[in-house]
Amino acid sequence: MTRHGETSRLWAEQLTLGYDGRIVADGLDAVIPDGSFTVIIGPNACGKSTLLRALARTLRPTRGAVYLDGQTISSYSTKEVARRLGLLPQSPIAPDGITVADLVARGRYPHQRLLRQWSRDDEVAVAEAMAATGVAELADRFVDELSGGQRQRVWLAMALAQQTSLLLLDEPTTYLDIAHQIEVLDLCADLHERQGRTLVAVLHDLNQAARYATHLVVMRDGAIVASGPPSQVLTAELVERVFDLPCRVIADPEAGTPLVVPASRRARVATEPAAGQAAS
Amino acid sequence: MTVVTAQHADPRLPGRALCVGGLSFRLRARTVAVCLGLALLALVGAAVTLSTGDYPIPLPDVVRALVGDGSQASTFIVVTLRLPRLLTALLVGAALGLGGAVFQSLTRNPLGSPDIVGFTTGAASGALVALLIVKAGPAGVASAAVGGGLATALLVYVLAWKRGVQGYRLVLVGIGVSALLTSVNSYLLTRADVVDAQYAAAWLTGSLNGRGWEHVGPVAAALAVLVPALLLLGRRLRMLEMGDDVAKALGVPVERSRLALIVLAVGVTAVATASAGPVAFVALAAPQLARRLTGEPGVGLVSSALMGSCVLVFSDLAAQRLLAPTQLPVGVMTGAVGGVYLAWLLAREWRSGRS
Amino acid sequence: MARAVGTLDRQGDVVPASRRSVTALRGAGLLVALAVLVLVALLSVALGAKPIPLSEVVDVLVHRGTSNEAVVIWELRVPRTILGLAVGAALGLAGALMQALTRNPLADPGILGITAGAAAAVVVAIAFLGVTSLVSYVWFALVGAAAAAVVVYLLGSAGRGGATPVRLALAGTAISAALMAFIQSITLSHTDVFDEYRFWAVGSLAGRDETVLLQVWPFLLVGCLLALGLGGALNAVSLGDETGRALGAHLGRTRALGAVAITLLCGAATAAVGPVGFVGLTIPHIARAICGLDQRWVLAYSVVLGPTLLVAADVVGRLVARPGEVEVGIVTAVVGAPVFLALVRRRRIAQL
Repeated sequence: MTRHGETSRLWAEQLTLGYDGRIVADGLDAVIPDGSFTVIIGPNACGKSTLLRALARTLRPTRGAVYLDGQTISSYSTKEVARRLGLLPQSPIAPDGITVADLVARGRYPHQRLLRQWSRDDEVAVAEAMAATGVAELADRFVDELSGGQRQRVWLAMALAQQTSLLLLDEPTTYLDIAHQIEVLDLCADLHERQGRTLVAVLHDLNQAARYATHLVVMRDGAIVASGPPSQVLTAELVERVFDLPCRVIADPEAGTPLVVPASRRARVATEPAAGQAAS
Repeated sequence: MTVVTAQHADPRLPGRALCVGGLSFRLRARTVAVCLGLALLALVGAAVTLSTGDYPIPLPDVVRALVGDGSQASTFIVVTLRLPRLLTALLVGAALGLGGAVFQSLTRNPLGSPDIVGFTTGAASGALVALLIVKAGPAGVASAAVGGGLATALLVYVLAWKRGVQGYRLVLVGIGVSALLTSVNSYLLTRADVVDAQYAAAWLTGSLNGRGWEHVGPVAAALAVLVPALLLLGRRLRMLEMGDDVAKALGVPVERSRLALIVLAVGVTAVATASAGPVAFVALAAPQLARRLTGEPGVGLVSSALMGSCVLVFSDLAAQRLLAPTQLPVGVMTGAVGGVYLAWLLAREWRSGRS
Repeated sequence: MARAVGTLDRQGDVVPASRRSVTALRGAGLLVALAVLVLVALLSVALGAKPIPLSEVVDVLVHRGTSNEAVVIWELRVPRTILGLAVGAALGLAGALMQALTRNPLADPGILGITAGAAAAVVVAIAFLGVTSLVSYVWFALVGAAAAAVVVYLLGSAGRGGATPVRLALAGTAISAALMAFIQSITLSHTDVFDEYRFWAVGSLAGRDETVLLQVWPFLLVGCLLALGLGGALNAVSLGDETGRALGAHLGRTRALGAVAITLLCGAATAAVGPVGFVGLTIPHIARAICGLDQRWVLAYSVVLGPTLLVAADVVGRLVARPGEVEVGIVTAVVGAPVFLALVRRRRIAQL
């Protein structure tokens, strides 16, 4: 299937996704343009993480298929996929008593063999990953003693150590303060622009998504509502329709990308239906 | 072929890389030291076992007997009586340590053991039926034990299967089935003649009495196949500790690996149970003890196996010598030795601050 | 959360409809469970190894009298039923507490060393002190259970950090193993001791008249009140150490009080009837399957479901092998495990 093959390494066709019999998305088609920094946004429980997990093959679709480099992703061995595609999942478990350096080093697993468990390349990759995420000075600390933000950066370092050309990130900026959020997003932008990697991230913050993404995918209730460059996709009408949030969209004074400004409280209250009823 | 110990460019990375020709491994100094220490300890235990007892034999004579150069008496005692029992203890201990390590790692629960899938209780049921109802001989009891254990593990897996096996459901089903079988066992023990029941209860604690070369052979052969397979899967086990999503993202085939690990762990436990009965506590304690000594995150397979061997060898020594001439089943001593040692280690570690 | 439209109450605050209906549902469920419990208790009085017609049962209950049947009912079945109810409630409650504190589905109350401590004390009584009466066992078992629990708790809380779930579980396992080794070294080398011990070790309501109940009821009552009072604190603790502290829960104090309650409840129960493991281990899971993770509801349901299971099992045990009986410790798992397994397969039990 090379319909998208020329412009995309990773795409999904007619996906039906669910957990334990509960269907989250049906008939989903998604294309990740090659060399893009794609960001998936949407309200809570719209299926963004579910789509990302399906793309990363950690969730098996009930129907439909995900394609990687022209073949269905399930036709590759798990290790083969791990060499091309990396994932930073949402709630990873750090084994009891593991140090930062050890955890980051585990990211090299897809490149190691039984008899070749450690090499110069592995060392270099780990050192670079730790330096890029700023956790190099935490190398000897135990992961379970770190703060939420530090721990998040360590997991990101592990995903970076995997050195894949495709990188999927599930809410990489959770637990981080604003400075570190920007730092992580800048790092992603670097990976995208300077190293030419294709990134797919799920983000909560609309404005960060607008600033950093080259391709935006907007979801609601398990379906993709719009996709394309942020300047085209992110309009006030879309935000109101998808997020139930009246707003204005102006140009970001720093970057020129769309900036979502929620309507003032007074303005919102004035336009709300009769007071005394609240949706839970 | 040159052996090169490469110093890491980054000295904070754990362990050193050991490169031999085209092969390379990463080893932690403390883990290697602990493993060597445990191996040495097992050797000391072996030496003591072979040279002491009702007929003390000095160590040089023991060595001579082993080599084939000793007197008829010492050769008989060492090679025919003591050595097979010692070897059984070493092998069974290692098998139990390995089985326990795998289950504790897979369930991420320090109380994890092969009994999670109801194996130990099922083995007890099989053995009790054979001992108290059928009145079978030793071989029959051993096969019934293994059969009961495997059947129970299979039953638990099948009952927990609902479009795949979710870890938590497996644990709960294991609890339910184990409880049911424990009732059956209690019923059998209270309804049987007291002498039979006491004998059965002793068998259930685990015993190495009268273990000869006919036991060592099959155990060694089975473990020679199962243990390397388990060690090969060791790296995958470590990745699985980080959660299914991370493991899969790093290239581990999660469902297949987990199933293979469970099957192999049940396999080694079955082998151990067939030769010594369900020896108490080793599978639970050995991995915890080993972990606290090596300081490694998660559970270590080799160190757990070596620790299991040590615990069982010393427990058997105590079981034979402590209340001589009464011989206690080794399972009694594993509980005592293992329990006390674990308690001491925990107290020391917690007082020093590292949880 | 259900997308229900809420309504305003008198102060103008919104009361979400979903929350009200959940509470009502749980309350209704609890009442149903209570009704079942009462029914089971009545059956326990009406049925037994000796068949007594229902009309006579009612007559004896109302008028007492001195007939044989009156003796059987008033001297044997009623005390037995009451003891079964008390012990069942205690075990269910102790189990729920234990699992809330350790957040480990494999933890039953005995893991604090209580069961092993009680058993070791009973073995000492049989082997070295020649004690053979059930009533005397009770005191030994109480002391043994308490002593073991203290040792386990001290071991588990040594050093910084206090008694975390993992530490308690490991400490309990270590001490229990050592105690079991002690028990076995005696029972496996003395046949007469083994013969006495093996019947106590199974757990039974037989032969326990009101003397036993009078011995243990103070401990059960204090433990019960303590446990039910900890419900709110347990909710905070179950969210994890940091969140719990942020919500104002005193972690150390909650754990200590919880351990005391478990020791009182499980220790007294084990002293009275011998070790019955199944109730403490599975009733909390069943309770959670019905009412979710709110510890106050889990405790309430455990108090009701525990005795229901235990007394029902006792009735079955008395009917199945007439004129003899099968001990309740054996029947409980036979009756309860299939129910438990069906529930586990059907519902997704909330993870601890």
